[in-house]
Amino acid sequence: MTAGAAGSAGATRSAGPAGTTATPRTPRRTPARTRPLRWAPLVPATVLLLLFLGGPLVYCVGIAFTDAQLTGQESASFVGLANFRHAFGDPAFRNAVVLTLVFTVVSSVLGQNTLGLALAGLLRRASRPVRTLTGALVITAWVLPEIVAGFLLYTFFERRGTLNALLAWLHLPAQNWLFGLPILAVSFANVWRGTAFSMLIYSAALAGIPTEISESAEVDGAGGLRRLWHITLPMIRRSVGTNLMLNTLQTLSVFGLIWVMTRGGPGGRSQTLPVFMYDQAFTKSLIGYGTAVALLLLVVGALFSAVYLRLLREEV
Amino acid sequence: MRPTAPLILLAAAVVAAGTLTACGSGPAGDRNTVKVAFIKDTNSKVTVRDDYVRLVARQFEKSHPGKKVRLIPIQASENDYYTKIQQMMRSPRTAPDLVYEDTFLVNSDITAGLLRPLDAQLRGWKEWRQFEPAAKAAARGQDGHTYGVPDGTDTRGLWFNKKIFKRAGLPADWRPRTWDEVLDAARTVKRRVPGVIPLNVFTGKGAGEAAVMQGFEMLLYGTGENQLYDPDSRKWVTGTRGFRDSLAFLDTVYRERLGPEVSDALSPNIQTSVATELLPEEKLAIDLDGSWLGQQWQKTGGGNPWPAWSATLGQTPFPTQHGAPPGKVSLAGGWTWSVPRQARQPQLAWQLIETFQSRQNALEWCVRGAQIAVRKDVAADPRYRKSVPGIGFFTGLVTISRYRPALPDYPKVAAAIGEAMEAVTAGDSAPDKAARDYDVSLRSLVGGRTVAKP
Repeated sequence: MTAGAAGSAGATRSAGPAGTTATPRTPRRTPARTRPLRWAPLVPATVLLLLFLGGPLVYCVGIAFTDAQLTGQESASFVGLANFRHAFGDPAFRNAVVLTLVFTVVSSVLGQNTLGLALAGLLRRASRPVRTLTGALVITAWVLPEIVAGFLLYTFFERRGTLNALLAWLHLPAQNWLFGLPILAVSFANVWRGTAFSMLIYSAALAGIPTEISESAEVDGAGGLRRLWHITLPMIRRSVGTNLMLNTLQTLSVFGLIWVMTRGGPGGRSQTLPVFMYDQAFTKSLIGYGTAVALLLLVVGALFSAVYLRLLREEV
Repeated sequence: MRPTAPLILLAAAVVAAGTLTACGSGPAGDRNTVKVAFIKDTNSKVTVRDDYVRLVARQFEKSHPGKKVRLIPIQASENDYYTKIQQMMRSPRTAPDLVYEDTFLVNSDITAGLLRPLDAQLRGWKEWRQFEPAAKAAARGQDGHTYGVPDGTDTRGLWFNKKIFKRAGLPADWRPRTWDEVLDAARTVKRRVPGVIPLNVFTGKGAGEAAVMQGFEMLLYGTGENQLYDPDSRKWVTGTRGFRDSLAFLDTVYRERLGPEVSDALSPNIQTSVATELLPEEKLAIDLDGSWLGQQWQKTGGGNPWPAWSATLGQTPFPTQHGAPPGKVSLAGGWTWSVPRQARQPQLAWQLIETFQSRQNALEWCVRGAQIAVRKDVAADPRYRKSVPGIGFFTGLVTISRYRPALPDYPKVAAAIGEAMEAVTAGDSAPDKAARDYDVSLRSLVGGRTVAKP
């Protein structure tokens, strides 16, 4: 599958410019005949995209308006907006929306984003060995498969886990966040796992600021905080927008991490939308309802994206 | 048109066609291979079922030359296993030829059209006469057809540690008559033997159906008749006192800290942890659990050999709420071998079922898996009777054992019960509130087919 898509994409790239430069050399051909042919190489890629990206999406939208079930019912029938009405009247759904927003804001916008920027800034000033070591560690957390990271963090936060062993050693009171404040525990877990991405984006962005500008600001007597606020942030504004958008969309769809650590529990206290969706679709077998929730999750993602896109478009 | 353009188009088309058709056809069904999907214990050391299935598969390959059995062990918790096989059975490309179905789910999957009736084969099969009537009905759909052959059943009761009981001053032949006597024993243990968990009752969503059946329904079925489903009106029941009282029992256990730490009780690993740590390490005094526990402690394939268990642990029936007759409660479950509707080799699959249920292999499984026999010839066999200590006790519970409502809606109802238990155990809702929430959610899950009862 991948080979096919890459192959046709490659063909598109090489054939596109070649076709335009060829036109003056063959004056017999009219432009009207050339234009549709120029698109011909794109056809396979477009067909593949429509089939494998568009197809499931359309299928998904279709199912969301039916009462399809995984088991217990042989055929599905069209039920109109019933699934969506059910969702908005369902306290568990509203709880999941709130928790999703908390999870996204705490772990992505505040956690990964800020920590990533701080790390990138500090690493620029650090000595080479520190930079290499820290970078490698942070990126390892990012490269770990989600399930592995989930199990590691479960054993870290668990009642008899590493964190409590450390706290006991420091004579501090033990915690039981997986039970008491699970949404915070999974948010921390997501920060741990995802900060590397922000760090990489900001490292690249900070490297792009000409040193003359920050040096002249320093000569003019601007302190660290003022340089950050007036020089650095405005200059990397676009990177901030891109990073926030990618981070948020990724965080909205985090499932494995939460499923492994808490299964959305106890009593739904860490049940974000993806976990709620899985619970409805596969534990309660209500595929139709679960799919409708998936579409609503798509809407939440689109709203966040719209905000960030505005941020990207505005000129300073 | 440049001379290369058609070439590129052709190449792209060929590549696309190649990948597309490769995606479409999948592995062509091999006519000589039969695929068997079954659940594998989440504790990798426990290989009781794997070993047994492999043994039967080898026998089958020997007696059917040229045929092959491909095993598809699915290592997952029970709920995840159900989801996995349901998804596999929906498409002919992924459907196994033979699948291990929990009787809890089988009616739901029959209604969904995922399974194939076996009546024609059963009529010509002489071993079928050996099966107990209740077992024959285990995989019978509402359409009257039979969709699976059970390989054993299980019953439920109280396991208790006699050594801990002795230290607490409780009798070794403990036989509680009411719920209160169970709780009193647990309180005594808590008082006199600190550091030991007095009583485990599975609860919440983490343990899945285990919590609903071993935990909740063992309580509910002891509170009165038809507290869950009313067979006369064919409706699910709401608002009963039995439901509230059962939740209140859980509330007492976890609020008085008679049970495991709440976060442990709600963890998906609690079942494994009880069987492999809490009981063998003698950290748990009383456990409301299933007849199969002994298979975990066998010398081979059992994960955690514990030869002393038969002397250390006693078994006693779980009482009804106030001691109403028959004075004890047990629920029966079990698994069946079924053939998916989308199976490519249904004939071979049936022949494999016959091999599984040859008298010798059926006996082998009951002995190895600590199963309660569903065949009269196996139940009478001396090797079975002496196989695992306590098997006589649990076999004796079969006569009073109740079955869960074998209805397509049951899995959804069970999920709602799990949520009510979790809300009470975690301290989010009082029992009354959780019971009312269950009623609301039940009405929407079964499309309003409910009836209110006192």
